[in-house]
Order: sequence, then C-alpha cells, then structure tokens
Amino acid sequence: MTLAEFNPGGLLVAGGLLLPLLRGKFRALFLLLLPVAGLVHLSVLVPGMHGVVDFLDYELVTLRVDRWSMVFGWVFMIAALVSAIYALHLRAPLQLSAGMTYAGSAIGAVFAGDLMTLFVFWELTAITSVLLVWAGRGAKAYQAGMRYLIVQIASGTLLFFGAAILFTSTGSLEFGAIGLNSAGGWLIFIAFGIKAAFPLLHAWLPDAYPEASEVGTVFLSAFTTKLAVYALARGFAGTDLLIPIGAAMVVFPIFFALIENDLRRVLAYSLNNQLGFMVMGIGIGTEMSLNGAAAHAFTHVLYKSLLFMSMGAVLYRTGTAKASELGGLWRSMPLTTAFCLVGVASIAGMPFFSGFVSKSMIVSAAAQGGYLFAWAALMFAAACMFLPDIKIPYFAFFGRDSGKKCQEAPINMLVAMAIAAAFCIAIGLMPGRLYALLPYHVAYAPYSVSHVLAQLQLLLFAGLAFALLVRWRVLPLAEPGINLDVDWLWRGLGASVVKTVARVFEIGGYCLGALLSFKLSLFSGMVERHRLPDGFLSRSWPTGSMSLWVMLMLVAYLVLYYLGG
Amino acid sequence: MALAQHLPALQVILPLISAPLAILFRRAGPAFLIVTAAAWLSFAIAIALFLQVDASGLISYPMGNWQPPWGIEYRLDRLNSFMLVLVSGMAAIVLPYARGSIEREIPHESHYMFYAMLGLCLTGLLGIVITGDAFNLFVFLEVSSLSTYVLIAMGRDRRALTAAYQYLIMGSIGATFIVIGIGFLYLMTGTLNLADMVPRVAVIESSRPGLAALAFISVGVSLKVALFPLHQWLPNAYTYAPSSVSAFLAATATKVALYALIRFYFTVFGDNFVFGKLPLPEFMLILSLFAMLFANAIAIFQDNLKRLFAYSSVGQIGYITLGLSFDSVHGVGASIMHLFNHGVAKGAIFLLIGGAVARMTTRQAAPPAPTFERIAGLSKAMPLTCFGVVLGGLSLIGVPGTAGFVSKWYLVLAAMEKGQWWLVGAILVSSLLAVAYVWRFVEAAYFRAPPAGRETGKEAPFALLIPGWLLILATLWFGLDTSFTAGAALDAAQQLVHSGN
Repeated sequence: MTLAEFNPGGLLVAGGLLLPLLRGKFRALFLLLLPVAGLVHLSVLVPGMHGVVDFLDYELVTLRVDRWSMVFGWVFMIAALVSAIYALHLRAPLQLSAGMTYAGSAIGAVFAGDLMTLFVFWELTAITSVLLVWAGRGAKAYQAGMRYLIVQIASGTLLFFGAAILFTSTGSLEFGAIGLNSAGGWLIFIAFGIKAAFPLLHAWLPDAYPEASEVGTVFLSAFTTKLAVYALARGFAGTDLLIPIGAAMVVFPIFFALIENDLRRVLAYSLNNQLGFMVMGIGIGTEMSLNGAAAHAFTHVLYKSLLFMSMGAVLYRTGTAKASELGGLWRSMPLTTAFCLVGVASIAGMPFFSGFVSKSMIVSAAAQGGYLFAWAALMFAAACMFLPDIKIPYFAFFGRDSGKKCQEAPINMLVAMAIAAAFCIAIGLMPGRLYALLPYHVAYAPYSVSHVLAQLQLLLFAGLAFALLVRWRVLPLAEPGINLDVDWLWRGLGASVVKTVARVFEIGGYCLGALLSFKLSLFSGMVERHRLPDGFLSRSWPTGSMSLWVMLMLVAYLVLYYLGG
Repeated sequence: MALAQHLPALQVILPLISAPLAILFRRAGPAFLIVTAAAWLSFAIAIALFLQVDASGLISYPMGNWQPPWGIEYRLDRLNSFMLVLVSGMAAIVLPYARGSIEREIPHESHYMFYAMLGLCLTGLLGIVITGDAFNLFVFLEVSSLSTYVLIAMGRDRRALTAAYQYLIMGSIGATFIVIGIGFLYLMTGTLNLADMVPRVAVIESSRPGLAALAFISVGVSLKVALFPLHQWLPNAYTYAPSSVSAFLAATATKVALYALIRFYFTVFGDNFVFGKLPLPEFMLILSLFAMLFANAIAIFQDNLKRLFAYSSVGQIGYITLGLSFDSVHGVGASIMHLFNHGVAKGAIFLLIGGAVARMTTRQAAPPAPTFERIAGLSKAMPLTCFGVVLGGLSLIGVPGTAGFVSKWYLVLAAMEKGQWWLVGAILVSSLLAVAYVWRFVEAAYFRAPPAGRETGKEAPFALLIPGWLLILATLWFGLDTSFTAGAALDAAQQLVHSGN
C-alpha cells in the first residue's frame, strides 16, 4: 500500500481527531502541517480507481482520481490551509478539530468513487460542520445549528435512500452520471440540491453561516456548498432543470442581500447567488460550461473565504459585523481593507481578478449554447449583485465613520488573507494555469476586448447606481432585525407541522390512554416529558394484567394457527 | 486429542462446575477467580468450536456416549456456534467488570453468591444454545431463568425485588408454556431429539395437537424474547438489576430466547410450514412493527437512562423478529447479525452507564438512578464514558461505520427484495425515534450545565470503563469488518431458510 492508495481526506480527518490531544505550539504546528501534508499527498496521486475495499458484498472505491476530483481536491486543500492559518490564534481545540475533520471529510467526499463512500463523508461533513456553527456560542447559534443539522442530516438520508433504490434497480453503487430517470435519481438530486442551497431549500445557509464563529464561517463557506456543486456536476451534468434553478438562484438573493444589515449574512446571500452561476453552468452541460462551473467553484472558494475572513477579522476586533454599527475602519485596519477590496473585485468579476476569468466562461457558454433567457439572468445578476458586494467594504471600512477604533487584524489572519488575495490576483492575471487544471481541454480566452469592455461598463453603471442610492439615502436600509426570507416558510410551516404531528400523536395517545399531552419542540430538538410515565404503555403493569396478555396472545396464536393450518 | 473431542461438553460443564465451587469457598475472591476462569475458558472453547464448525460443518456430540435419538445430543451448526461466541464472550467481558461494580451494589457477604449465580446463568444460556434435545433445552432454560431472578433481586433498589418477582411469575408462565408445547410434541412424535423430531413433525404438524404445540411454544418463547406486547417484565428487570446484570442480560438473555424461537420455527417445524402455510408472517410483522415504533417512542420519554435503553431493547428486538418474518436469507441473516450487533452495543451502553453510576454513588448509599437530571453536563466530568455511550447510541440508530448499520442494511435489503417499500419507511421512522432518544442523552450530557453541588469531578473507574470500551470498539470493528458477523449470519441463514423441510 502506497500513499497513492489512500483518500487524502482521511489524513485530515485522522489528524483533526488527534488535534485536541496536543497543546500550545505543537498543536499550531500540527494544524499547519496537516494541510501541507495533504497538498503533498495530492501531488503524488495517480489517476484511476484506488483504495478498493470490500464492505458487505460490495466493492467500495474509496479513492477515485480524475480531473474532476483533482480540481476540487486542490482548491479544498488550499482552502483548508488558508483556514488553518486563519484559525491559528484560536485556543479552542474542539473548533480546530471540527474544522479540520470537516475539511477532510469534504475532500474525502470529492474523491469518493461510489455512492456509499460519498454518503459516509457526506454525513461526516454535516456532523463536523455543525460544531462550527455551535462554536458561535449563544442560544441563537445553538438553534440555528440545530436547524442546520436537521436539514443536513435530511440531505444525507435522502442520498442514502436514493442510493439504495438505484442499487436495487441497477446493482451498482458507482458514483457516475445519475440523471433524473428514476425515483432514486430524484432523491439524490434533492439531496444534492439541499446542500447546494437550491431556491426554497436554501434557508439553512443564510440562517446558519452568520451565526458561526468568525473562524467557523470561513471553513463553512469553503466546503459544503462546493461539495454539492461537485456532486451535481458528477451526477447531473446537462440536466435541463438546473438551468431555471440556477437562474432563480442568481436572481433572488440580490434583494435580500441588499436589505440585509448583518454583513456576514450579506456574504451568505451573495454566496448563494454565486452558486447559481455554477449550477447553471452544470445545467447547460457543454464542456465549456462545465469547465466554467469547475473554474468558478475554484475561484469562488478562494475569494469567498477571503471576504469571510475580512469580515471575521472585523467581527473579531470590533465584536460586530452589522453595517449600521460599522464604518470608517480603513484607518484602523488598512490591510484588511485592502484584502477585502481584492475579494470584492474578484467576486464582482473585475477584469484581472479571479472572478472574471471563471464567471465569463459560464456567461459565454450560456450565450454560445443559445440560452438567451439564462444569459440575460446572468448578466442582470452580475450587474445587480455588484450593489450588495460593494456594500460590504463601503459600510465596514468607509462610509460614515462609526468612531470605532481598533487594532489591525492578528498577524495569522493577515497572512491567511494575503495568501487568498494573492491567489485571486494570480488567477486573474494568469488564467492559463487554472484552465490547465480543468476537467476538459477547451481553449478559452477571457481577455478579448469586447469582453473586458462589456464587463467594465456593467460595473461602472452598477457603481454609479450604488453611489446614487447612497446619495438619495435609500441605502443603508439598515434596519436591525431578522430578515426571514423563505425561512418563514420553514420556521412557520415547520413549527406548525410539528405541532400538528404532536397533536395527532396526542389524540392517538388519548385513545391508547397513553402518550398524554406532550409537545415536540423542533427548535431545541428536545422532547419535553410531561405525564407520560402514567401512560398505559410505559407504566409498570400489575402481574395479573401481564398474565392476561399472555392468555390473549395464546388465544390469538391458537386461533391463527387453527384457522390458517 | 481426546480433550478436543469433548469441547462441546466442556463448554457447558466448566461454568456449571464453577458455580458450586464458588459456593463452597464462601468468599468473594476465590469465587470471582473460579467463575471468571470458567467464563474465559468457555469463551476460548466457543471460539474453537466456531472455527471447527467453520472448517468441517456440523458437530454432533453424544452426551455420555449415549447415541442420539435416545441419549442427549449436543449439536452444533453455524447458528449456534455463532451464538456461543456471543454469550460466552459477553460473560468474559462482564465478569471482570462485575468485580468492580458490585462493590457498592451488593453486600460484601453475598458476593460469592452473585458469582455463583452468574456462572449458573451462563451455564443455562450456553446449554440452551448448544443442546439438540428439546427437554434438555427446557431444563437449561429453567437454570438460566432461576439464576436470573436471583441476580435481578440482588439489586440495591427495593423495586428490584418486585421486578424480579414479576419476572419470576412471567418467566414461569413462559417456561410452563414451553414445556407444554414440548410435551405435545413428545406425545405426537415420540422423540425429544430435535433433529430426530424434524421428519416426524412434518407428518403431524397440521394436526390440532401439533398446532397447539406450536402455539404454546410461540407464546412461551415470545415471553422470554420480550416480544411486544409480552415485554412488560423487561424494563423493570433491566432498570433495577445491578449494572453488570443489566448488561449481561441485555446482551444475551433475550438473544438466546430468540435463538430458541429460530430453532423451533426454522429447524423443527420448518419455515415452509410456519411461514409458508400459517398466517404467522403477517402476525409477526405486525407485532414487530408495534415493537419498533411504540417501544422506541416510549423510550424517548423515559427519565431513567437504564429504563430508556431497556425500552430501546424491546424496539430493537422488533427489528430482529421483523427480519425473521421475511423468511429470506437476507432477512433471517439480518436478524442473526442484529442479535449479535445489538447485543454488543447494548451491553456496552449498560456497562458504561453502570460505570458512571458507580462514580456517582457515595459511600454506603444506594446507587442513584441515572436520571437525565443527574447526568446533566456529565461530559465534562466523564468524557470517555459519554463518548462511548454516544458511539453505542449511533450503532442503535444504525449509522454507517457502526455494527448496527450492517444489520439494518441487510434488513432494508430484505424488505426491498420483498417489494415492501413501506417497511423501509417504517424502519426509517423507528431509526428516527432512536435518533431522538440518543439525542436526549447528547443534549443532557453535552449541552446542559451540571446540577449545582454534584461532587463527581472524575471519569468512571478504569476497571469499569475498559470493558465497556472494549465492546464499543467491537461495535466499530464489526461495523467496518463484516466478514465474521455477516459471513456467519448469512451462512447460518442459508442453512435455515427453505432447508427443504
């Protein structure tokens, strides 16, 4: 067995579990060493199916190396390294351990060659990542984490049952193209869709991410949703349904992002919008668009974590990430401001930054494929999303001076941000290196004159619009409060469903003389006990009635046998 | 090798002799050594027998050299050699644990009695499994039952006595039913040897006495199995018994009864008759569903952890009988696997809870009940114990990577083979109920603040932690390497299902 037989995710998972055993400098060193070792591990992998193990009667492929898994493997490992550096100042071993195992299980899932292995890592990402949400501390984080966990586990369960159905019909567990031709395919599609935050299934994302700790959100933003994008690209490339879904995803978060006050939640909405680009790229399904989706996932992981890192640094130093409480921080945190601007330039698709070279691929693919409607949605979103994107640095670092004075971010945070920013610029300047990694060999030149000009025009007008909105005092719409979006559906409907179920149980309980008045509380995930011990089924019976049951059963069996035999 | 030939006899005789020897010494120390040595030896013998059956197939051992149809025969096939490993292995783990845990649960002067009773109980359970003789099976059933009543009654809680008394009454009714059933069979066939009975039963099984025999045996064994709705003796018995006894019984007693059920249904009467001609599968399916859904739902609302996991046992037994009712290789195989996997996981959980209780017990006082209030915030004081219980709980839920997943996977597969998709849903729902009660533990142990004034700031004693963790590791091991459990269980199922009777 050589190193090339092992799933590189396993290294991070195992190492992450060992982290709490170490102390002080050793822990910091080990934390850095893990992703570095992971990068070395990635470089020795050879394409093909490896690590085949027999489990039950099946052959599981724990390591599948091809161009798809490698491109995601690289970017996830880089993100793990950047996040590890960003987390170096932490003295909370549980959080570090959860972060590393989470990154490891996401990488493990990317290299999974069959649905069973995928499912195991899929669930592992859910369980480890919820610890990061809970690390945000406080009742809000606990409840958001609980909702997040339920949704993620539901996704895993759907995946499992979908895989089981596929297996019984095809006899194969291979994780290849799945398609929507069977019930199993649909279940898996929905499972992936939940993690990819499809419209209406997305509520968990803006709900949970802003509640996590400042380090936790950086980890969270990198892996879960991009893992889902990867899974969709594997299983459902060219599925037409993804095009309207992607179009909805790019358009609807704009409004929410615009009115939101919590800047980390703004980032969560803009993340959702960016996912829409990738989903649409997968839906179009040409080699060019799939390349675009992969490239966009790659650049997106880096600039999105850069943005979350800069907001995390602000939160760490000032204790808040709310637009209404911030402003004028560029004096205190000049470097963080600069890095944040690089991130915004990338996400907005400014030429010579990373977002431009990947986003334009998807847009071009939509135009070439004749998807006029999709192309229009993408252009509209690219222009409008600039408003909330620019809102982040404007309200945090410039704008009205809040009078807050603080220190620059800690050195480890700055280093992490510098690395991510360097990647953003380097990819923007030398897109060829990224293109060489992509799944398909397609010649694409992002820097044509018309392209650059069109994009610049777009951004210029969007910038003008932003300036006017500020000038006319339409922005900031900084009303502190909860912006529920469709989450009202889940919170409201979910609660009423739970109450109804509890009601039905209650009525059934009265009929049985048992299960007396209890209520299920979804938000705390806890069941409160009331008078149940008095219930007919759970109380201790007198010996006489037990014997009576024995006689009843005997009669039942006798009648059954005599009638049947 | 004269000795090697007599391994089947030694399997039972060693623990049988250890009990009176323990009583003769009248002291805790020697009694412990003798019974533990017997348990370890019988574990070694069980493994040797398992390997022997694995290599050469059926073993038939005539007791006292009286030839089979007349003398008592010990008969080993895939199924019972597998069961022997489970029963003796659990005894080998529980006994060292018991030494530490009964210190505060049982007065010192009756410790030797405790060991003797545990030895007898082990004898009885091994005997039921290994024997090929119907009446001998009944005798061993009584040996194990009587010693179990004593063991439960030794619990420090006063309710232990009522629990033991109730179990005594119910157990005796069950045993009476079984002996009536065996009597009918003897009347009709003229033989007590199970293998000899097989062709003769085939002739008379549709007659009224034959059906009555089946009915009496069904009810009698179901009582010992604690199959819903005859499970009522179980929660109290497990809750108030000493920790080591709860663990041992949960892992072995109901499992051995299930073995007897499988033996009578599949070998003696034959599944073609019992499941093919009689309307038993539907009836068993309904009872199993009730067990899976109701017992698991009731478990969620328990306040006492031991009671919670006792109800969860009733629910898990539902999975096992559900698998039997499918009457297919995958279904029966899943049942046999789950016997083992659930036994190991549940045994581990009871051992770990017992360790926590021992740490919470103050000198001279009776051990406190492990209620949710008491275990609030326990993970700070006892991280290993709590983590172990969570891992065991994951196996009860059936999370991949644990043993519970493997058996549940085959169960789901068997349901799908039958085209019973709604049953897959039912299994899912009952797994969600398991998630709920395991979550209650996680919530209490990890997220609640410890009650003010609890003085336990330490991990459970290592002597109690290690046996529990050994079983937890076994649960994880058998979740990944399924060659032993799935291999043996599916082989056994192959031998049992549609074997041509």
